Amino acid sequence: MEFFDIFLLEAVVNGLLLGGLLALLALGLNLVFGVIDVIWICYAELIMVGMYAIWWLYSVQGFPLWLAFAFGVAVTSLLGAALHHFIVRPVLTAEPINQLLVTGGVLFFLQAAATVVFTVEFRNIGIRLPGVSVGELHLSMARLIAFAVALASIVATYLFLTRTYVGTAIRAISQDRGIMPLMGVNASRIYLLTSALGGGLAGLAACLLVLQYDIHPAIGLSFGPIAFLICVLGGLGNLVGGFLAAFIFAQFISVGGFVFHLEWGYVLAFVFFIVMMFWKPEGLFARRR
Amino acid sequence: MLEIRNLSAGYGSFQALFDVSLSVRAGESVAVIGPNGAGKTTLLRAISRLIDASSGDMVMEGRRYNDIPSHEVVSLGIAQVPEGRRLFPRLTVEDNLMMGAFTPAARRHYRERLDFVYSLFPKMKERRMQMAGTMSGGEQQMCAIGRALMSKPKLLLLDEPSAGLAPVIVQSIFELMRRIRAEGYTVLIVEQNIQQVLQVVDRGYLLETGRIRMGGPSEALLASDEIRKAYLGV
Amino acid sequence: MGRTISLVLLALLVIAPLTGVGAYPLHLMIMAMLWGFIYTSWALMGRLGMVSLGHGAFFGVGAYVVVMLWNHYGMPPLAGAAIAILVSALLAIVIGYPCFRFKIVGHYFALVTLALAEVVRLTIVALRDTTGGSLGATPKPGIASGESASIYALQFSDRMVWFYIILVMWLLSLYVWNRIDRSMSRLALQAISEEEDAAASIGINVTRSKLGVSLISAVMTAIGGVLYAQYQLYVNPETVSGIAISLQIVFGAIAGGMFVTLGPTVGAVFLLLLSETLRVLIGNQIHGLDMLIYGALLIFFIIYMPKGILGTWLEWRARRAG
Repeated sequence: MEFFDIFLLEAVVNGLLLGGLLALLALGLNLVFGVIDVIWICYAELIMVGMYAIWWLYSVQGFPLWLAFAFGVAVTSLLGAALHHFIVRPVLTAEPINQLLVTGGVLFFLQAAATVVFTVEFRNIGIRLPGVSVGELHLSMARLIAFAVALASIVATYLFLTRTYVGTAIRAISQDRGIMPLMGVNASRIYLLTSALGGGLAGLAACLLVLQYDIHPAIGLSFGPIAFLICVLGGLGNLVGGFLAAFIFAQFISVGGFVFHLEWGYVLAFVFFIVMMFWKPEGLFARRR
Repeated sequence: MLEIRNLSAGYGSFQALFDVSLSVRAGESVAVIGPNGAGKTTLLRAISRLIDASSGDMVMEGRRYNDIPSHEVVSLGIAQVPEGRRLFPRLTVEDNLMMGAFTPAARRHYRERLDFVYSLFPKMKERRMQMAGTMSGGEQQMCAIGRALMSKPKLLLLDEPSAGLAPVIVQSIFELMRRIRAEGYTVLIVEQNIQQVLQVVDRGYLLETGRIRMGGPSEALLASDEIRKAYLGV
Repeated sequence: MGRTISLVLLALLVIAPLTGVGAYPLHLMIMAMLWGFIYTSWALMGRLGMVSLGHGAFFGVGAYVVVMLWNHYGMPPLAGAAIAILVSALLAIVIGYPCFRFKIVGHYFALVTLALAEVVRLTIVALRDTTGGSLGATPKPGIASGESASIYALQFSDRMVWFYIILVMWLLSLYVWNRIDRSMSRLALQAISEEEDAAASIGINVTRSKLGVSLISAVMTAIGGVLYAQYQLYVNPETVSGIAISLQIVFGAIAGGMFVTLGPTVGAVFLLLLSETLRVLIGNQIHGLDMLIYGALLIFFIIYMPKGILGTWLEWRARRAG
């Protein structure tokens, strides 16, 4: 019984750590959707590109890791802005489904581009962080760092959105786009900035993921769908809801994967999502939108 | 200060304004009155560059600004309190005011402007952390006007400030107009409430179906037979 | 005039295998019709505004149910297909009913269906002991030695047989499309896709209609999965279920034009020609180049030709005439 409890506790704690990371993913997605009203189906692929960028600068070019991280974030921020400017903007006035599909096209494109450039070989930056013992729990240092950084980023983003002019403008534009010019705000510029921010958050996630996982053109498929479902669960566009939903989802994955067997955790989480859709279609925490 | 010459504007193929000309001198307060659908809101939207003018000139302090992007109008010194208040419902009062001071020029004076607006509207100071959408219509109107004042505008545009408000509140709004006018602001108000608005402005124009029918000092308009018969039910 | 041409083309199609075209062109035609069948099935829902990103779920169910039941229990695929149809119908109802009842539409609907496709994919992978997981699975050979076909095993070594089977299915999908078009008047269909409340007010039971169309769409897609599995003789969770195949289906239907009967089929032909051309030009060396162009084209189409190839062409023609 003792052993069982410890491993269960580990699963719960790991779920918590995973939750932080997923919350970061959800933040970027929710931000873009909440402000621009578009779902970037290719969001996970932005992260994948970020991971490759980091790997390339660090493992291939030999630059220091911190520089590679900064590079990764810069690349994804630019990618996010470019995504909005060249791909999303033309379809902003079209059917919402076209917006979904056009980012679906980007999904294929980025995956393929990564395949062409880097091949399907698994890459790794080769950093092995030690395990850490907290009491009787064995945890991964990489996960702890990821959790801490994710949380810090979320707090930083929150402060940015609430304490700065631009951040407030980002919140405002999602509530009433029409009068933004009356405030002297260039709405397109705000959209672009938001997209860059969403991309940047993806880059941050890439930094954290690259410490834990191998890089492969198709890894986006492993956590992309999860990120969407978390956002929907928390109420699309609801930043706080997404945050909470991330932790709930992560528990399902972690504990479910522990109680049953690895992939079943994911299956369980997805089924949970579908059930929740019927109980509360607007999302668990959606008040408005 | 503001000169509108032969302005025509509309929405797509639907033309709402025909050859409108008016002017607002510095320190004046001017009203544009007229019935529903006359094109009053269209006029203000054109002045704020929210819609394009198809012909004519819009000149602010000698500068023709027909072609500038809509978000640069505030930098010219023109601020608008839009129809229906249009506050950001899920931002606090203070955040809303902050948005009014978004332009770099306005940001520099944020603190003092904020103090000024709060002195004008003490109630807003009380509710500064309240979500704007939860306030009453009158309070929202105050906040919306305060927001426009945050950019220290040279010209303040108001689109039907009394619309949808209870008579008692309407009174206080027009009182507010007097105060703002006393502070020296140049004001252009668009209103359906002819009786009340003409009592707080220097001059007025009558806009009917997109055309200026009459213009003159407010007393003259109030006394005119045409207006009295058509709009004041006399 | 148009009618005659169609009939002539159809006749040509029917006799094509008999004229001695090689195995490879025959294979291409089979693939075109098969995917045409599948894309058309999707478009039944898509054109009514029910954009599902989860048809990979039904396709995967169709493919895996028959193969697994055959491999593990010796159940003939025809019977297995019946089970697959039942399962996919069930899934469609379980997901569809609450969605339509609670007016879950647009983004939310798309993401719920995406979840479904992923659940199916993950389940297949999780059950790796039975399904072979990501390595995929192959139906056990069922043709007795000396024979070239087995209806019992639904395996035919002669491509011509497959040609006609799939030709019939494809024509069937077009027929179903037209029947749905006619059973509810054009106006009603449009009303449902655009203005649900208005539709309901004129007495159309919106939920029931949507559910009906979804059921048909799901079942047909599942049948497509069955046919695919039995023809290709290889299934893999990544290629028959999940988000990737779901997006491909959507793209195929839209590229051709999902508001026109033959649109999805045009899309299938287009995609096929695309991948084949790339294969010929570039070969298999530069892995992923075909996907690259595919993705770029998808983007291009959505931005500049949202009505698809056929749809845009028809529109252009109409404008020229008018």
